[in-house]
Amino acid sequence: MTTIQDPPAEAAVPAAAQAVATGTATPRRKGGDAPGVVGRRSWWGAAFAAPHSIGLVVFTAFPIIASLVVSFMNWPMLGERSWAGLANYERLFTDPIFRTVTFNTVVFVVLYVPLNLIVSLGLAAWLTPKIKHRHVFRVLFFIPTVTPIVANVVVWRMLYQPGGAIDATLQSTVGVNAPNFLADDKWAMLAVVAMSVWQGFGYNMLIFSAALDSVPENQLEAAQLDGAGAWQMFWRIKFPLISPSIFFATMMTLITSFQVFVQPFVLTKGGPGTATETLVQYIYNTGFQTQQLGLASAGAWVLFVIILGITAVQFLGQKRWVHYE
Amino acid sequence: MSELTRARPATSANRTVNPRALPRTHRQSGRVRGIVGYVMLCLVALLFVSPLIYMVATSLKPSADVFTTPPTLWGSSIEWGNYVQAFTYLPFARFILNGVFVAAAGTAINVAVAVLSGYAFSRLRWRGRNAVFILFLATLMIPQDVLVIPMYVMMQGFGWVDTFQALIIPWAFTALGAFLVRQFFLTVPQELDDAARVDGAGAIRTFFSVMLPLARPTMAVLAVFSFISYWNSFLWPLVVVNDVEARGTIPLGLQQFFGQQGSEWNLVMAASVISMLPTVILLVLLQKHLVKGIVTSGLGGR
Repeated sequence: MTTIQDPPAEAAVPAAAQAVATGTATPRRKGGDAPGVVGRRSWWGAAFAAPHSIGLVVFTAFPIIASLVVSFMNWPMLGERSWAGLANYERLFTDPIFRTVTFNTVVFVVLYVPLNLIVSLGLAAWLTPKIKHRHVFRVLFFIPTVTPIVANVVVWRMLYQPGGAIDATLQSTVGVNAPNFLADDKWAMLAVVAMSVWQGFGYNMLIFSAALDSVPENQLEAAQLDGAGAWQMFWRIKFPLISPSIFFATMMTLITSFQVFVQPFVLTKGGPGTATETLVQYIYNTGFQTQQLGLASAGAWVLFVIILGITAVQFLGQKRWVHYE
Repeated sequence: MSELTRARPATSANRTVNPRALPRTHRQSGRVRGIVGYVMLCLVALLFVSPLIYMVATSLKPSADVFTTPPTLWGSSIEWGNYVQAFTYLPFARFILNGVFVAAAGTAINVAVAVLSGYAFSRLRWRGRNAVFILFLATLMIPQDVLVIPMYVMMQGFGWVDTFQALIIPWAFTALGAFLVRQFFLTVPQELDDAARVDGAGAIRTFFSVMLPLARPTMAVLAVFSFISYWNSFLWPLVVVNDVEARGTIPLGLQQFFGQQGSEWNLVMAASVISMLPTVILLVLLQKHLVKGIVTSGLGGR
């Protein structure tokens, strides 16, 4: 608990976000420099950072730029490569399947992100420090986020199956058949979303939980004595105080949810038809099934630009509801 | 009233409001509500873990009892043999070994480079530091899934397709670790460096004999995150591994097993349980440290 004494803005806004805010690697210190060693230190610092920096340049910065180039080329898995100009992007924007997968991805995001945030925030607010065996609950809710997502999906596939646990329970209690969740295009996306929320809300729950813990006790007491109910206390006091964490969690969840792949891929293979096929699966299919790496790179860049755009909009919009200390 | 509560904070067991200050009936109904709330929380938790319970129960059923109406938790007998079959049908022991090898090697590289760069970003002054730091920040914005295609093209260029190094090296340099380590080193007092320098220790000695031992808990947290994300990684192995039986990791093996044994749900569930055990054990053993790591970095293993 000693580590979480800072106000919530610091406690749950990550290192990276703080660094963005200050724009520098370290806060300036007074008298930190010993005379005469500046030159040597300057050399050592670069040397210490070199292995990581070189690795990042080679395995992240270079590929992302290279892929922009590849996206303007015909680049089959094997065989002749040639310049294609904007042809890949033209193909993407006229391809009805690309439109469908983009739409599906947006539907997933629109359903998943609010549900994830509501569930994680609700449970974090419920699991106050007063709850007995709170850490046991936390661990339980956190299990699916650290176990292989493929394994989790396989379990849910069995639950959703006709004759599976959900169907059998409905039959024996109410006497009706459950819908065939994964084969019915009205249900398939909802099934994917429900499974994903179950699997993924653990991280946000922990972040919110820590932020709520660091809300100053005296503010809550004061509000309580003024006659505020639990609901009011949450929205008027806790919510504004933890808004930086909520902002951060919303952003991370948005970014990751646009990349949804494993859940639909293993649950439905993108089906029925293309009802649950997502952008990343489209990229995977064009890259590694039909082996057009140029077209797949163009798809990846479209996804990247969508994510950057969403992030930018979030940052611009945060002034209206995020309160930093 | 506020003065009252402030006057005797030690006697107030309940931290938000002194229960003694409330009328009796209010206190009792509060307690009843507390119990009802707790029972509800337990039910929510039970509902939440029920898929996992169902998974373990199914993994121990004979195949004839898997689909029954009404559903039953336990089959007519407990079939530990399902686990043996899961291990013999596909080389699951090999998948586990591959997974451990890939995750351990990747984690070792990741922790080593991150502890050095995190130290450089927090406690050393050097030209270009802020520029490099901004590069690190920028890479956090790039989703890994977007990198899969260019990374594959690169692996083709290196001749690394379907090799262990392709599974390990490309993701060993993620920037997350640098932030975690940097965040930790910012809390270490400057006096320690000064003392080491007075004792005549150079940059290398200061780092290895003073700083590194202090950073051990942070490195452990980073190691666990890194291990978990390697262990669970699916898209990249799916793309880069051709010979699954030789170089497959657990998620890949599980998916293949599922593809071939999709109707043998008890075996599939046994395989799933096997794949989940290592990370669940890590989580239970190290929960406190992991929570701390996630909360301070905000990024852990996402």
